[in-house]
Amino acid sequence: MQQKPILLTILDVLSIIGLGAATYFALVFAPTEAVMGNVQRVFYFHVGTAWVGLIGFVLAALAGIVYLITKDAKWDRFEVAAVEVSAMFFFITIVLGSIWARPAWNTWWTWDPRLTTAAVTELVYIAYFMLRAGIEDPEKRARFGAVYALLGGLSAPITFMVIRLFRTIHPVVVGNGNPEAQGGFDMTGSMLTAMFVALGAFTVFFINLMWHRIRLGALEEKVEQIKLKVSM
Amino acid sequence: METINTDNYMIAGFIVSFVTIGIYLLSMYVRARNLKRDLETYEALDSPDKK
Repeated sequence: MQQKPILLTILDVLSIIGLGAATYFALVFAPTEAVMGNVQRVFYFHVGTAWVGLIGFVLAALAGIVYLITKDAKWDRFEVAAVEVSAMFFFITIVLGSIWARPAWNTWWTWDPRLTTAAVTELVYIAYFMLRAGIEDPEKRARFGAVYALLGGLSAPITFMVIRLFRTIHPVVVGNGNPEAQGGFDMTGSMLTAMFVALGAFTVFFINLMWHRIRLGALEEKVEQIKLKVSM
Repeated sequence: METINTDNYMIAGFIVSFVTIGIYLLSMYVRARNLKRDLETYEALDSPDKK
């Protein structure tokens, strides 16, 4: 693995500071929501992780397009990194949503359009790794992965838009409210601040993890190449 | 309206978040360590002295 760039070390430090700040703003700075109580504080992490999760899936789709055009392996590494890091963040989003839903909706899970599309999106990206693991030829693996990421990328805007297009009990905090929503709340100024701190912190952390994962991908490729050379 | 006590759910939410991130970071570290070890082994096999 190449020597770690100084900018990556700075990002490591910024990520730790950012996550610490996001936790402080969520737990201490933001006021307690009047009806739901303290569980509403997971909302800041829920939104932050959902943001980077969905953005990553869109980035993976774009990287897939660029790979199919250029056939440059670096875009395959970028795509894998975006999917893996986003799948991890999106898993947190879903679990936090479920934890919040228990006291707010009196159930851990319901097959509401938003929850269903979110679960499908996560499963689509878990299947992405199963697909890649089943293909031995690196070039074919990258090509199939790119097409899959491109198609899978459609699930991200669908998941984002579904609460704005269909009848759902999931609250729409940003944008127009949904009359069917349960558990919605009005954002105060300090709640908005906490949300933007979480969005910023998770964005920095996402970039940081992406960079580390891309470097890991380069190392994987190097090992794969030398393995081939030795075995020949 | 009375505020519900949902502290346990909040604690569970933050624990799940940090544990998931921790497991992911650990998995990246372990994968990188194993790959470096593999690379060293293959480089040793590939070196001219061994041929």
